[in-house]
Amino acid sequence: MSRVPGSAAFCLRLLRRQLVLGLRRPVEIGNPLLFFAIVVALFPLGLGPEPAALAEFAPGILWIVALLAGLLTADTAFRSDYDDGSLEQLLLAPQSLYFASLTYVAAHWLLTGVLLALLSPVFALMLGLPVAAIPTLVLSLLLGTGVLSLVGGIGAALTVGLRRGGMLIGLLILPFQMPVLIFGSGAVQAAVDGVPAGPYLALLGAMLCLAVALAPLAIAAGLRISTDA
Amino acid sequence: MWTLFHKFGSPPWLYRLSGSILRWLLPLTLLALVAGAVWGLLFTPPDFRQGNSYRIIYIHVPAAVVALAGYYVMAIAGAISLIWRMKMADVAMRATAPVGAALTFVALVTGSIWGKPTWGTWWVWDARITSMLILLFLYLGVIALYEAYENKALAAKACAVLSLVGTVNIPIIYKSVDWWYSLHQPASIKFTGGTTIDPSMLYPLLWMIVAFYALFTCCLLLNMRAEILERESRTAWVRRLAAGE
Amino acid sequence: MYFESLSAALTMDGHGAFVWSAYAITAVVLVGMLVAPWRRQRRTLRQLTGLLKREAGQPPPRDRSREV
Repeated sequence: MSRVPGSAAFCLRLLRRQLVLGLRRPVEIGNPLLFFAIVVALFPLGLGPEPAALAEFAPGILWIVALLAGLLTADTAFRSDYDDGSLEQLLLAPQSLYFASLTYVAAHWLLTGVLLALLSPVFALMLGLPVAAIPTLVLSLLLGTGVLSLVGGIGAALTVGLRRGGMLIGLLILPFQMPVLIFGSGAVQAAVDGVPAGPYLALLGAMLCLAVALAPLAIAAGLRISTDA
Repeated sequence: MWTLFHKFGSPPWLYRLSGSILRWLLPLTLLALVAGAVWGLLFTPPDFRQGNSYRIIYIHVPAAVVALAGYYVMAIAGAISLIWRMKMADVAMRATAPVGAALTFVALVTGSIWGKPTWGTWWVWDARITSMLILLFLYLGVIALYEAYENKALAAKACAVLSLVGTVNIPIIYKSVDWWYSLHQPASIKFTGGTTIDPSMLYPLLWMIVAFYALFTCCLLLNMRAEILERESRTAWVRRLAAGE
Repeated sequence: MYFESLSAALTMDGHGAFVWSAYAITAVVLVGMLVAPWRRQRRTLRQLTGLLKREAGQPPPRDRSREV
């Protein structure tokens, strides 16, 4: 019998596999970013092109769109692995499902949240957000999208066994994501107003810690339920 | 202790017990609700700032209190069903969701009707109202998830996980919405001060809160009985029950 | 009783419409909460009674029961 890899090595391999699978389909990585760009373009059309008004709403707009883009991709976290059966193999594996779930979410976050955060300065400038607030925006998105990916993972794990999970996942996870929206846009707003944004970012970090600790438990339980279906 | 626990897991026993509880609890609850409503509507003095519109408090506050407590009842039932795989706990969880959602809805509607004469508008994005709205979404999410599953045993498990995630989240949501509101609070609407309440208004309020808890219990038991019958419709005891009717 | 007359209790100094409509809506929802499970239970029992009657009336051979 061959040697069983430890949890750390197993998770690293899993992460690499997920990233490779993701990178082989670059269009799917691009979709949420494109969605983000299109929805950002909707706001000037709906609210009027007045730069002052847009700049005032920019923190909220950017955060709401990030939330929606995260929602759109949440379903993909486990979908393909559920369909081809490799998820069931994962559940049978001797390594802890807790860390495996965390790895899945980490891969999802690297391919959506991080890219979104890195691209967000472009859209921030288009909406007239002051340049001074941009580092805060990127940092708050980096922390916040981590929470969004983890919470989205719970919704995805619970609905992956259902044929029509798409709409449902939004109903399930959006209420849980409201605190992230409040503190994320609060951080950017504080930076715009010239107030220290540290406390907001600290709160986002605290939420991320809590989510990292607890969400994998719920995701693991959800995956076990879904694979029974 | 454990024998009692096992008895709770037995559908016919629970069905009979809930029937005998409901026989006296239901009339008592209805009586208490009517009495409390009459007391609050006709026999209490009006508030000196809000006049008579404050009388809505006697249904608004109890509905809100019980709706929030109901979420925890649902989550605890969910936890019991996940940990000890007790079927009757699933039934209790499934039965709580619609009751809680209806009470949250009542709290929102009465709050909105109260807001019109008090604040001059039907809806204010006040911290408490917003939190109640989110609570309604959480309840509806649980119901939607339950209905989406074909296999009801799995549906109950999935809902149990979701409601447990909700219990961790509710304090965070409440605190953050509270904080968000204090940041954006418009100066004109402030009503958090003045927590003193005259006993002549407090007693009917406490009465109504107790009555709403009793109502919640009745609805929970009624829903559980209906659910038990549906699930157990193939068993001998339900057939005997149906034949006897 | 706080109010002097029935009409005073109905109008409540102009707030009557709000107060009474709030109570009415609540009453409707609460009655619905109680009646819905009761009706569901009755429907289940009625279906079962019908099923039992059919089974008792003419114990059908296995093939026929599948056809029906």
